[in-house]
Amino acid sequence: MENRQPVIKAENMVKKFGAFVANDHLNFEVYQGEIFGFLGANGAGKTTAIRILCGLSTPTSGNITVGGFDIYRETELIKKNIGYMSQKFSLYEDLTVSENIRLYGGIYGIPWRRRKEKEKELLRKLELEEARNKLIAGLPLGWKQKLAFSVAILHDPAIVFLDEPTGGVDPITRRKFWDLIYEAADRGITVFVTTHYMDEAEYCSRVSIMDAGRIEALDTPENLKKQYNARNMDEVFVKISRK
Amino acid sequence: MISIRNISKTYGETEALHDITLEINRNELFGLIGPDGAGKTSLMRILMTLLLPDSGSASLDGCDVVKEFRKIRKMVGYMPGRFSLYQDLTVEENLHFFATVFGTTVEENYELVKDIYSHIEPFGTRRAGKLSGGMKQKLALSCALIHKPKILVLDEPTTGVDAVSRKEFWEMLKNLQKKEITILVSTPYMDEANLCDRVALMQKGTLLDVDSPGRIIQKFGKRVLAARSENMFRLINDLRTFPKAASVYAFGQFAHFTSPDDDVEVNELENFLLKNGHQAVEVEEIEPGIEDVFMGLMQNSLQQSVAAGNTNNKPSKKQT
Repeated sequence: MENRQPVIKAENMVKKFGAFVANDHLNFEVYQGEIFGFLGANGAGKTTAIRILCGLSTPTSGNITVGGFDIYRETELIKKNIGYMSQKFSLYEDLTVSENIRLYGGIYGIPWRRRKEKEKELLRKLELEEARNKLIAGLPLGWKQKLAFSVAILHDPAIVFLDEPTGGVDPITRRKFWDLIYEAADRGITVFVTTHYMDEAEYCSRVSIMDAGRIEALDTPENLKKQYNARNMDEVFVKISRK
Repeated sequence: MISIRNISKTYGETEALHDITLEINRNELFGLIGPDGAGKTSLMRILMTLLLPDSGSASLDGCDVVKEFRKIRKMVGYMPGRFSLYQDLTVEENLHFFATVFGTTVEENYELVKDIYSHIEPFGTRRAGKLSGGMKQKLALSCALIHKPKILVLDEPTTGVDAVSRKEFWEMLKNLQKKEITILVSTPYMDEANLCDRVALMQKGTLLDVDSPGRIIQKFGKRVLAARSENMFRLINDLRTFPKAASVYAFGQFAHFTSPDDDVEVNELENFLLKNGHQAVEVEEIEPGIEDVFMGLMQNSLQQSVAAGNTNNKPSKKQT
Protein backbone atom coordinates (compact mmCIF):
# COMPACT_ATOMS: atom_id res chain seq x y z
CA MET A 1 0.00 0.00 0.00
CA GLU A 2 2.81 2.42 0.90
CA ASN A 3 4.24 2.60 -2.60
CA ARG A 4 0.90 3.77 -3.89
CA GLN A 5 0.15 7.42 -4.42
CA PRO A 6 -1.73 9.11 -1.57
CA VAL A 7 -4.88 10.77 -2.89
CA ILE A 8 -5.69 12.41 0.42
CA LYS A 9 -3.06 13.62 2.84
CA ALA A 10 -4.08 15.13 6.15
CA GLU A 11 -1.50 16.34 8.66
CA ASN A 12 -2.68 17.70 11.98
CA MET A 13 -6.06 18.68 10.62
CA VAL A 14 -7.89 20.78 13.21
CA LYS A 15 -11.33 22.34 13.05
CA LYS A 16 -12.75 24.36 15.92
CA PHE A 17 -16.18 25.86 16.29
CA GLY A 18 -15.65 28.41 19.05
CA ALA A 19 -14.29 26.44 21.98
CA PHE A 20 -15.51 23.14 20.57
CA VAL A 21 -12.89 21.02 18.80
CA ALA A 22 -14.71 19.01 16.13
CA ASN A 23 -11.53 17.64 14.51
CA ASP A 24 -8.58 17.30 16.84
CA HIS A 25 -5.30 16.85 14.96
CA LEU A 26 -6.33 14.23 12.41
CA ASN A 27 -3.49 12.48 10.61
CA PHE A 28 -4.18 10.08 7.79
CA GLU A 29 -3.46 9.23 4.17
CA VAL A 30 -5.79 7.59 1.69
CA TYR A 31 -4.27 5.77 -1.28
CA GLN A 32 -5.35 5.43 -4.87
CA GLY A 33 -7.93 2.72 -5.54
CA GLU A 34 -8.51 2.15 -1.86
CA ILE A 35 -11.92 1.76 -0.21
CA PHE A 36 -11.45 3.83 2.90
CA GLY A 37 -14.08 3.39 5.61
CA PHE A 38 -14.59 6.49 7.73
CA LEU A 39 -16.48 5.43 10.85
CA GLY A 40 -17.47 7.01 14.12
CA ALA A 41 -20.40 7.56 16.43
CA ASN A 42 -22.85 10.39 15.73
CA GLY A 43 -21.15 13.64 16.66
CA ALA A 44 -17.63 12.19 16.47
CA GLY A 45 -16.66 14.73 13.78
CA LYS A 46 -17.01 12.76 10.54
CA THR A 47 -19.23 15.23 8.69
CA THR A 48 -16.96 18.13 9.64
CA ALA A 49 -13.96 16.27 8.24
CA ILE A 50 -15.75 15.33 5.01
CA ARG A 51 -16.87 18.92 4.46
CA ILE A 52 -13.26 20.05 4.76
CA LEU A 53 -11.96 17.37 2.41
CA CYS A 54 -14.60 18.34 -0.18
CA GLY A 55 -13.48 21.96 -0.06
CA LEU A 56 -16.72 23.18 1.54
CA SER A 57 -15.27 24.26 4.85
CA THR A 58 -11.88 25.69 5.80
CA PRO A 59 -9.94 23.95 8.56
CA THR A 60 -8.65 25.93 11.51
CA SER A 61 -5.14 24.53 10.93
CA GLY A 62 -3.24 21.64 9.38
CA ASN A 63 -1.68 20.66 6.06
CA ILE A 64 -4.18 18.92 3.82
CA THR A 65 -4.18 17.99 0.16
CA VAL A 66 -6.92 16.22 -1.79
CA GLY A 67 -6.09 14.86 -5.23
CA GLY A 68 -2.81 16.75 -4.95
CA PHE A 69 -4.56 20.10 -4.44
CA ASP A 70 -4.21 22.35 -1.42
CA ILE A 71 -7.27 22.58 0.79
CA TYR A 72 -6.84 26.33 1.46
CA ARG A 73 -5.95 27.70 -1.95
CA GLU A 74 -7.30 25.23 -4.48
CA THR A 75 -10.80 24.32 -3.31
CA GLU A 76 -12.30 24.89 -6.76
CA LEU A 77 -9.83 22.43 -8.30
CA ILE A 78 -10.62 19.96 -5.54
CA LYS A 79 -14.34 20.21 -6.29
CA LYS A 80 -13.67 19.39 -9.95
CA ASN A 81 -11.69 16.31 -9.06
CA ILE A 82 -13.97 14.68 -6.53
CA GLY A 83 -17.38 13.08 -6.62
CA TYR A 84 -19.87 13.25 -3.77
CA MET A 85 -22.96 11.27 -2.94
CA SER A 86 -25.00 11.85 0.19
CA GLN A 87 -27.65 9.66 1.76
CA LYS A 88 -30.21 11.97 0.14
CA PHE A 89 -28.87 10.96 -3.28
CA SER A 90 -28.53 14.52 -4.69
CA LEU A 91 -30.53 13.82 -7.86
CA TYR A 92 -33.11 16.27 -9.17
CA GLU A 93 -36.45 14.61 -8.49
CA ASP A 94 -38.40 16.53 -11.12
CA LEU A 95 -35.93 15.84 -13.90
CA THR A 96 -35.80 12.56 -15.82
CA VAL A 97 -33.03 9.99 -15.63
CA SER A 98 -31.44 11.25 -18.85
CA GLU A 99 -31.78 14.88 -17.84
CA ASN A 100 -30.00 14.22 -14.57
CA ILE A 101 -27.11 12.51 -16.34
CA ARG A 102 -26.81 15.39 -18.83
CA LEU A 103 -27.08 18.01 -16.13
CA TYR A 104 -24.24 16.50 -14.09
CA GLY A 105 -22.20 15.97 -17.24
CA GLY A 106 -22.60 19.68 -17.94
CA ILE A 107 -21.78 20.76 -14.40
CA TYR A 108 -18.58 18.73 -14.47
CA GLY A 109 -17.66 20.23 -17.84
CA ILE A 110 -17.65 17.01 -19.84
CA PRO A 111 -17.62 17.95 -23.57
CA TRP A 112 -21.00 17.61 -25.29
CA ARG A 113 -20.05 14.72 -27.56
CA ARG A 114 -18.44 12.75 -24.75
CA ARG A 115 -21.49 13.47 -22.61
CA LYS A 116 -23.79 11.75 -25.09
CA GLU A 117 -21.56 8.69 -25.21
CA LYS A 118 -21.38 8.59 -21.43
CA GLU A 119 -25.14 8.84 -21.14
CA LYS A 120 -25.67 5.92 -23.49
CA GLU A 121 -23.02 3.85 -21.80
CA LEU A 122 -24.45 4.51 -18.35
CA LEU A 123 -28.07 3.81 -19.27
CA ARG A 124 -27.00 0.47 -20.70
CA LYS A 125 -24.84 -0.48 -17.77
CA LEU A 126 -27.53 0.36 -15.22
CA GLU A 127 -30.26 -1.23 -17.35
CA LEU A 128 -32.15 2.04 -17.27
CA GLU A 129 -32.62 2.45 -21.03
CA GLU A 130 -36.37 1.99 -20.79
CA ALA A 131 -36.63 4.34 -17.83
CA ARG A 132 -34.55 7.12 -19.42
CA ASN A 133 -37.50 9.48 -19.75
CA LYS A 134 -39.00 8.75 -16.34
CA LEU A 135 -38.87 11.29 -13.54
CA ILE A 136 -36.50 10.48 -10.70
CA ALA A 137 -39.33 11.00 -8.19
CA GLY A 138 -41.09 7.81 -9.32
CA LEU A 139 -38.07 5.49 -9.33
CA PRO A 140 -37.47 2.76 -6.75
CA LEU A 141 -34.89 3.67 -4.14
CA GLY A 142 -32.37 1.09 -5.35
CA TRP A 143 -32.35 2.57 -8.88
CA LYS A 144 -31.96 6.10 -7.58
CA GLN A 145 -29.03 4.97 -5.51
CA LYS A 146 -27.25 3.29 -8.41
CA LEU A 147 -27.84 6.33 -10.58
CA ALA A 148 -26.70 8.78 -7.92
CA PHE A 149 -23.46 6.87 -7.51
CA SER A 150 -22.84 6.61 -11.24
CA VAL A 151 -23.52 10.31 -11.70
CA ALA A 152 -21.12 11.14 -8.85
CA ILE A 153 -18.31 9.38 -10.76
CA LEU A 154 -19.42 10.44 -14.25
CA HIS A 155 -16.37 12.70 -14.62
CA ASP A 156 -13.94 9.95 -13.48
CA PRO A 157 -12.86 11.77 -10.34
CA ALA A 158 -9.75 10.75 -8.41
CA ILE A 159 -11.89 10.18 -5.36
CA VAL A 160 -15.54 9.79 -4.51
CA PHE A 161 -17.05 10.59 -1.11
CA LEU A 162 -20.03 8.48 -0.09
CA ASP A 163 -21.88 9.68 2.99
CA GLU A 164 -24.01 6.80 4.32
CA PRO A 165 -24.91 5.68 0.83
CA THR A 166 -26.82 2.53 1.84
CA GLY A 167 -29.20 3.76 4.54
CA GLY A 168 -32.70 2.34 4.28
CA VAL A 169 -32.30 0.07 1.25
CA ASP A 170 -33.10 -3.63 1.32
CA PRO A 171 -30.31 -6.13 1.99
CA ILE A 172 -30.02 -7.31 -1.61
CA THR A 173 -29.86 -3.79 -3.05
CA ARG A 174 -27.35 -2.85 -0.38
CA ARG A 175 -25.03 -5.62 -1.53
CA LYS A 176 -25.51 -4.80 -5.19
CA PHE A 177 -24.46 -1.28 -4.33
CA TRP A 178 -21.24 -2.60 -2.86
CA ASP A 179 -20.60 -4.43 -6.13
CA LEU A 180 -20.57 -0.99 -7.76
CA ILE A 181 -18.19 0.35 -5.14
CA TYR A 182 -15.77 -2.53 -5.69
CA GLU A 183 -15.97 -2.00 -9.41
CA ALA A 184 -15.15 1.71 -9.10
CA ALA A 185 -12.21 0.96 -6.81
CA ASP A 186 -11.04 -1.67 -9.28
CA ARG A 187 -10.97 1.06 -11.94
CA GLY A 188 -8.69 3.09 -9.71
CA ILE A 189 -11.21 5.47 -8.17
CA THR A 190 -10.56 6.00 -4.49
CA VAL A 191 -13.68 5.48 -2.41
CA PHE A 192 -14.13 7.33 0.88
CA VAL A 193 -17.22 5.96 2.59
CA THR A 194 -19.13 6.41 5.86
CA THR A 195 -21.62 3.86 7.11
CA HIS A 196 -23.44 2.71 10.22
CA TYR A 197 -23.56 -0.88 8.98
CA MET A 198 -20.66 -2.60 10.67
CA ASP A 199 -20.70 -5.50 8.20
CA GLU A 200 -19.86 -2.93 5.53
CA ALA A 201 -16.82 -1.85 7.51
CA GLU A 202 -15.45 -5.33 6.77
CA TYR A 203 -15.60 -4.64 3.01
CA CYS A 204 -13.21 -1.68 3.26
CA SER A 205 -9.50 -1.87 2.50
CA ARG A 206 -8.80 0.21 5.60
CA VAL A 207 -10.99 1.71 8.27
CA SER A 208 -10.58 4.71 10.50
CA ILE A 209 -12.71 5.07 13.60
CA MET A 210 -13.31 8.51 15.09
CA ASP A 211 -14.35 9.25 18.63
CA ALA A 212 -14.83 12.70 20.14
CA GLY A 213 -13.00 14.49 17.33
CA ARG A 214 -10.01 12.16 17.15
CA ILE A 215 -9.04 9.19 15.05
CA GLU A 216 -8.80 6.44 17.63
CA ALA A 217 -7.92 3.62 15.27
CA LEU A 218 -6.84 3.25 11.65
CA ASP A 219 -5.90 0.00 10.00
CA THR A 220 -7.21 -2.88 7.90
CA PRO A 221 -10.30 -4.58 9.35
CA GLU A 222 -8.17 -7.68 9.88
CA ASN A 223 -5.54 -5.87 11.96
CA LEU A 224 -8.14 -3.92 13.94
CA LYS A 225 -9.87 -7.13 14.94
CA LYS A 226 -6.55 -8.56 16.11
CA GLN A 227 -5.58 -5.40 17.90
CA TYR A 228 -8.88 -5.14 19.79
CA ASN A 229 -9.24 -8.87 20.24
CA ALA A 230 -12.65 -8.76 18.57
CA ARG A 231 -14.55 -11.23 16.41
CA ASN A 232 -15.90 -8.60 14.03
CA MET A 233 -15.88 -4.87 13.31
CA ASP A 234 -19.02 -4.36 15.36
CA GLU A 235 -17.11 -5.41 18.47
CA VAL A 236 -14.15 -3.22 17.52
CA PHE A 237 -16.48 -0.25 17.12
CA VAL A 238 -18.21 -0.85 20.43
CA LYS A 239 -14.89 -1.23 22.26
CA ILE A 240 -13.62 2.08 20.88
CA SER A 241 -16.81 4.12 21.22
CA ARG A 242 -17.98 2.84 24.58
CA LYS A 243 -14.87 3.18 26.66
CA MET B 1 -53.49 -5.60 21.93
CA ILE B 2 -53.12 -4.42 18.34
CA SER B 3 -55.30 -6.12 15.78
CA ILE B 4 -54.91 -5.42 12.05
CA ARG B 5 -57.35 -7.01 9.58
CA ASN B 6 -56.98 -6.89 5.80
CA ILE B 7 -55.59 -3.38 5.65
CA SER B 8 -54.77 -1.97 2.21
CA LYS B 9 -53.56 1.50 1.30
CA THR B 10 -52.75 2.95 -2.10
CA TYR B 11 -51.15 6.27 -3.04
CA GLY B 12 -51.99 7.00 -6.67
CA GLU B 13 -50.65 3.97 -8.51
CA THR B 14 -48.39 2.83 -5.70
CA GLU B 15 -49.73 0.18 -3.40
CA ALA B 16 -48.18 0.89 -0.03
CA LEU B 17 -49.97 -1.85 1.91
CA HIS B 18 -51.51 -4.96 0.43
CA ASP B 19 -54.08 -6.80 2.55
CA ILE B 20 -52.14 -6.81 5.82
CA THR B 21 -53.44 -8.93 8.69
CA LEU B 22 -51.47 -8.98 11.91
CA GLU B 23 -51.97 -9.45 15.67
CA ILE B 24 -49.65 -7.92 18.23
CA ASN B 25 -49.95 -9.25 21.78
CA ARG B 26 -50.15 -7.35 25.02
CA ASN B 27 -46.74 -6.43 26.42
CA GLU B 28 -44.96 -7.69 23.35
CA LEU B 29 -41.87 -6.05 21.83
CA PHE B 30 -42.83 -6.38 18.19
CA GLY B 31 -40.66 -5.35 15.22
CA LEU B 32 -41.61 -4.35 11.69
CA ILE B 33 -38.46 -5.19 9.76
CA GLY B 34 -37.99 -4.01 6.21
CA PRO B 35 -36.33 -1.49 3.87
CA ASP B 36 -37.67 1.92 2.81
CA GLY B 37 -40.85 1.52 0.81
CA ALA B 38 -41.91 -1.68 2.62
CA GLY B 39 -44.96 0.07 4.10
CA LYS B 40 -43.83 0.31 7.72
CA THR B 41 -44.59 4.01 8.12
CA SER B 42 -47.98 3.78 6.36
CA LEU B 43 -49.04 0.97 8.67
CA MET B 44 -47.94 2.89 11.75
CA ARG B 45 -49.68 6.06 10.63
CA ILE B 46 -52.92 4.12 10.17
CA LEU B 47 -52.59 2.68 13.68
CA MET B 48 -51.84 6.16 15.03
CA THR B 49 -55.11 7.42 13.43
CA LEU B 50 -53.18 9.83 11.23
CA LEU B 51 -54.03 8.10 7.97
CA LEU B 52 -57.17 6.31 6.79
CA PRO B 53 -56.85 2.87 5.20
CA ASP B 54 -58.54 2.28 1.82
CA SER B 55 -59.98 -0.96 3.15
CA GLY B 56 -59.70 -3.21 6.18
CA SER B 57 -59.83 -2.31 9.85
CA ALA B 58 -57.61 -2.11 12.89
CA SER B 59 -58.06 -1.75 16.61
CA LEU B 60 -55.85 -0.95 19.56
CA ASP B 61 -56.89 -2.39 22.91
CA GLY B 62 -60.36 -2.89 21.46
CA CYS B 63 -60.73 0.66 20.09
CA ASP B 64 -61.29 1.08 16.36
CA VAL B 65 -58.70 3.30 14.66
CA VAL B 66 -61.31 5.18 12.63
CA LYS B 67 -64.31 5.48 14.95
CA GLU B 68 -62.50 5.81 18.26
CA PHE B 69 -59.47 7.80 17.26
CA ARG B 70 -59.80 10.14 20.24
CA LYS B 71 -59.44 7.30 22.72
CA ILE B 72 -56.50 5.87 20.80
CA ARG B 73 -54.61 9.13 20.74
CA LYS B 74 -54.69 9.19 24.55
CA MET B 75 -53.43 5.66 24.99
CA VAL B 76 -50.53 5.68 22.53
CA GLY B 77 -47.10 7.24 22.51
CA TYR B 78 -45.75 7.85 19.02
CA MET B 79 -42.24 8.68 17.94
CA PRO B 80 -42.32 9.39 14.20
CA GLY B 81 -39.32 8.87 11.97
CA ARG B 82 -38.52 12.52 11.60
CA PHE B 83 -37.51 14.41 14.66
CA SER B 84 -40.83 15.41 16.23
CA LEU B 85 -39.82 17.95 18.86
CA TYR B 86 -40.14 21.70 18.93
CA GLN B 87 -36.65 22.80 17.96
CA ASP B 88 -36.93 26.25 19.54
CA LEU B 89 -38.26 25.05 22.86
CA THR B 90 -35.79 23.88 25.48
CA VAL B 91 -35.47 20.30 26.63
CA GLU B 92 -37.60 20.97 29.73
CA GLU B 93 -40.18 22.97 27.79
CA ASN B 94 -40.65 20.16 25.31
CA LEU B 95 -41.24 17.61 28.03
CA HIS B 96 -43.67 19.88 29.91
CA PHE B 97 -45.46 20.75 26.70
CA PHE B 98 -46.14 17.11 25.83
CA ALA B 99 -47.24 16.35 29.39
CA THR B 100 -49.66 19.30 29.39
CA VAL B 101 -51.15 18.42 26.00
CA PHE B 102 -52.06 15.02 27.41
CA GLY B 103 -53.49 16.55 30.58
CA THR B 104 -50.83 15.33 32.95
CA THR B 105 -47.65 16.64 34.54
CA VAL B 106 -44.01 15.69 34.31
CA GLU B 107 -43.96 15.06 38.07
CA GLU B 108 -46.81 12.56 37.91
CA ASN B 109 -45.11 10.22 35.45
CA TYR B 110 -41.48 11.06 36.07
CA GLU B 111 -40.74 7.52 37.28
CA LEU B 112 -41.41 6.11 33.83
CA VAL B 113 -39.03 8.40 31.94
CA LYS B 114 -36.43 8.81 34.67
CA ASP B 115 -33.89 6.32 33.31
CA ILE B 116 -33.97 7.92 29.87
CA TYR B 117 -34.52 11.56 30.76
CA SER B 118 -31.78 11.65 33.41
CA HIS B 119 -29.19 11.48 30.59
CA ILE B 120 -30.40 14.78 29.15
CA GLU B 121 -31.59 16.50 32.31
CA PRO B 122 -28.27 18.36 32.72
CA PHE B 123 -29.06 20.07 29.38
CA GLY B 124 -32.59 21.02 30.45
CA THR B 125 -32.29 24.64 29.39
CA ARG B 126 -30.78 23.91 26.01
CA ARG B 127 -32.96 24.26 22.93
CA ALA B 128 -33.95 20.94 21.40
CA GLY B 129 -32.57 22.03 18.02
CA LYS B 130 -29.11 22.31 19.55
CA LEU B 131 -28.96 18.76 20.90
CA SER B 132 -26.83 16.00 19.41
CA GLY B 133 -28.56 13.17 17.53
CA GLY B 134 -28.44 10.75 20.43
CA MET B 135 -29.79 13.29 22.91
CA LYS B 136 -32.63 14.32 20.59
CA GLN B 137 -33.61 10.70 20.36
CA LYS B 138 -33.72 10.36 24.15
CA LEU B 139 -35.80 13.52 24.48
CA ALA B 140 -38.23 12.38 21.78
CA LEU B 141 -38.66 9.07 23.56
CA SER B 142 -39.23 10.84 26.90
CA CYS B 143 -41.88 13.06 25.30
CA ALA B 144 -43.62 10.04 23.74
CA LEU B 145 -43.73 8.39 27.17
CA ILE B 146 -44.62 11.24 29.50
CA HIS B 147 -48.38 10.55 29.45
CA LYS B 148 -47.78 6.88 30.35
CA PRO B 149 -49.10 5.28 27.17
CA LYS B 150 -50.22 1.64 27.04
CA ILE B 151 -48.79 1.30 23.57
CA LEU B 152 -45.56 2.81 22.30
CA VAL B 153 -45.05 3.10 18.54
CA LEU B 154 -41.58 4.00 17.25
CA ASP B 155 -40.93 4.60 13.56
CA GLU B 156 -37.30 3.79 12.73
CA PRO B 157 -35.85 5.22 15.94
CA THR B 158 -32.38 3.87 15.15
CA THR B 159 -32.02 4.85 11.49
CA GLY B 160 -28.84 6.84 10.92
CA VAL B 161 -27.80 6.21 14.51
CA ASP B 162 -24.37 4.74 15.18
CA ALA B 163 -23.94 1.14 16.31
CA VAL B 164 -23.25 1.98 19.94
CA SER B 165 -26.21 4.36 20.39
CA ARG B 166 -28.41 1.78 18.69
CA LYS B 167 -27.46 -0.82 21.28
CA GLU B 168 -28.22 1.63 24.10
CA PHE B 169 -31.58 2.48 22.57
CA TRP B 170 -32.62 -1.17 22.45
CA GLU B 171 -31.62 -1.58 26.08
CA MET B 172 -34.00 1.28 26.90
CA LEU B 173 -36.81 -0.43 25.01
CA LYS B 174 -36.22 -3.70 26.89
CA ASN B 175 -36.54 -1.80 30.16
CA LEU B 176 -39.78 -0.14 29.07
CA GLN B 177 -41.22 -3.50 28.17
CA LYS B 178 -40.78 -4.53 31.80
CA LYS B 179 -43.08 -1.64 32.71
CA GLU B 180 -45.91 -3.33 30.83
CA ILE B 181 -45.89 -1.22 27.73
CA THR B 182 -46.66 -2.87 24.40
CA ILE B 183 -44.02 -1.73 21.92
CA LEU B 184 -44.25 -1.65 18.15
CA VAL B 185 -40.97 -0.60 16.53
CA SER B 186 -39.84 -0.47 12.91
CA THR B 187 -36.30 -0.76 11.62
CA PRO B 188 -34.40 -1.30 8.38
CA TYR B 189 -31.55 -2.98 10.32
CA MET B 190 -32.06 -6.72 10.03
CA ASP B 191 -29.83 -7.52 12.99
CA GLU B 192 -32.24 -5.68 15.30
CA ALA B 193 -34.90 -8.32 14.58
CA ASN B 194 -33.16 -10.57 17.09
CA LEU B 195 -33.93 -8.10 19.87
CA CYS B 196 -37.71 -8.38 19.36
CA ASP B 197 -40.09 -11.02 20.76
CA ARG B 198 -41.73 -11.37 17.37
CA VAL B 199 -41.22 -9.64 14.05
CA ALA B 200 -42.98 -9.09 10.76
CA LEU B 201 -40.62 -9.11 7.78
CA MET B 202 -42.05 -6.55 5.35
CA GLN B 203 -41.31 -5.91 1.71
CA LYS B 204 -43.26 -3.82 -0.81
CA GLY B 205 -46.45 -3.64 1.21
CA THR B 206 -46.65 -7.32 2.08
CA LEU B 207 -45.63 -9.48 5.01
CA LEU B 208 -42.99 -12.04 4.05
CA ASP B 209 -43.32 -13.78 7.42
CA VAL B 210 -44.49 -13.14 10.99
CA ASP B 211 -42.96 -15.09 13.88
CA SER B 212 -40.28 -15.06 16.56
CA PRO B 213 -36.80 -14.48 15.12
CA GLY B 214 -35.76 -17.96 16.27
CA ARG B 215 -38.63 -19.71 14.51
CA ILE B 216 -38.23 -17.64 11.36
CA ILE B 217 -34.64 -18.84 11.13
CA GLN B 218 -35.65 -22.44 11.89
CA LYS B 219 -38.24 -22.43 9.12
CA PHE B 220 -35.71 -21.17 6.56
CA GLY B 221 -34.33 -24.68 6.25
CA LYS B 222 -31.56 -23.90 3.79
CA ARG B 223 -27.92 -24.69 4.43
CA VAL B 224 -25.68 -21.66 4.42
CA LEU B 225 -21.95 -21.96 3.82
CA ALA B 226 -19.74 -19.05 4.84
CA ALA B 227 -16.56 -18.62 2.82
CA ARG B 228 -13.70 -16.20 3.08
CA SER B 229 -10.44 -15.56 1.30
CA GLU B 230 -7.95 -12.73 1.00
CA ASN B 231 -9.94 -10.84 -1.64
CA MET B 232 -13.67 -10.35 -1.15
CA PHE B 233 -14.45 -8.90 -4.58
CA ARG B 234 -12.82 -11.82 -6.39
CA LEU B 235 -14.29 -14.29 -3.89
CA ILE B 236 -17.85 -13.19 -4.64
CA ASN B 237 -17.36 -13.09 -8.39
CA ASP B 238 -15.79 -16.55 -8.41
CA LEU B 239 -18.42 -18.09 -6.14
CA ARG B 240 -21.12 -16.83 -8.49
CA THR B 241 -19.56 -18.89 -11.28
CA PHE B 242 -19.74 -22.05 -9.17
CA PRO B 243 -22.15 -24.33 -11.07
CA LYS B 244 -24.40 -25.08 -8.11
CA ALA B 245 -24.71 -21.55 -6.70
CA ALA B 246 -28.20 -20.27 -5.88
CA SER B 247 -27.18 -17.13 -4.02
CA VAL B 248 -23.87 -15.51 -3.12
CA TYR B 249 -23.83 -12.40 -0.96
CA ALA B 250 -21.25 -10.60 1.13
CA PHE B 251 -21.82 -10.73 4.88
CA GLY B 252 -19.08 -8.76 6.56
CA GLN B 253 -15.81 -10.63 6.16
CA PHE B 254 -17.60 -13.71 4.76
CA ALA B 255 -19.54 -14.51 1.64
CA HIS B 256 -22.68 -16.53 2.29
CA PHE B 257 -23.41 -19.25 -0.21
CA THR B 258 -26.53 -21.32 -0.80
CA SER B 259 -27.16 -23.99 -3.43
CA PRO B 260 -30.50 -24.97 -5.00
CA ASP B 261 -30.54 -28.49 -3.55
CA ASP B 262 -28.40 -27.97 -0.44
CA ASP B 263 -25.97 -30.60 -1.70
CA VAL B 264 -22.75 -28.61 -1.79
CA GLU B 265 -20.28 -29.68 0.88
CA VAL B 266 -17.69 -27.57 2.66
CA ASN B 267 -14.67 -29.29 1.10
CA GLU B 268 -16.19 -29.05 -2.39
CA LEU B 269 -16.37 -25.27 -2.12
CA GLU B 270 -12.95 -25.08 -0.50
CA ASN B 271 -11.36 -27.01 -3.36
CA PHE B 272 -13.12 -24.85 -5.91
CA LEU B 273 -11.71 -21.68 -4.35
CA LEU B 274 -8.20 -23.10 -4.00
CA LYS B 275 -8.31 -24.17 -7.63
CA ASN B 276 -9.22 -20.59 -8.55
CA GLY B 277 -6.09 -19.34 -6.84
CA HIS B 278 -7.61 -17.95 -3.63
CA GLN B 279 -5.47 -17.74 -0.56
CA ALA B 280 -6.33 -18.00 3.12
CA VAL B 281 -9.47 -19.92 2.18
CA GLU B 282 -11.90 -20.83 4.95
CA VAL B 283 -15.30 -22.42 4.45
CA GLU B 284 -17.72 -23.50 7.15
CA GLU B 285 -21.37 -24.30 7.47
CA ILE B 286 -23.17 -21.75 9.61
CA GLU B 287 -26.53 -21.06 11.18
CA PRO B 288 -28.37 -18.58 8.93
CA GLY B 289 -29.29 -15.15 10.31
CA ILE B 290 -32.42 -13.04 9.83
CA GLU B 291 -30.78 -11.22 6.94
CA ASP B 292 -30.13 -14.52 5.10
CA VAL B 293 -33.78 -15.41 5.59
CA PHE B 294 -35.04 -12.01 4.50
CA MET B 295 -33.01 -12.15 1.31
CA GLY B 296 -34.17 -15.71 0.65
CA LEU B 297 -37.82 -14.72 1.12
CA MET B 298 -37.33 -11.67 -1.09
CA GLN B 299 -36.00 -13.87 -3.88
CA ASN B 300 -38.87 -16.32 -3.47
CA SER B 301 -41.48 -13.58 -3.69
CA LEU B 302 -39.76 -12.23 -6.81
CA GLN B 303 -39.89 -15.67 -8.36
CA GLN B 304 -43.54 -16.07 -7.46
CA SER B 305 -44.40 -12.84 -9.21
CA VAL B 306 -42.48 -14.12 -12.24
CA ALA B 307 -44.34 -17.44 -12.08
CA ALA B 308 -47.63 -15.55 -11.80
CA GLY B 309 -47.24 -14.46 -15.40
CA ASN B 310 -45.03 -11.45 -15.17
CA THR B 311 -43.13 -12.80 -18.16
CA ASN B 312 -41.42 -9.53 -18.99
CA ASN B 313 -39.05 -10.08 -16.13
CA LYS B 314 -35.98 -12.16 -16.48
CA PRO B 315 -36.54 -15.86 -15.82
CA SER B 316 -35.46 -16.99 -12.41
CA LYS B 317 -32.14 -18.72 -11.99
CA LYS B 318 -33.36 -21.12 -9.35
CA GLN B 319 -35.63 -24.09 -9.71
CA THR B 320 -35.64 -26.00 -12.93
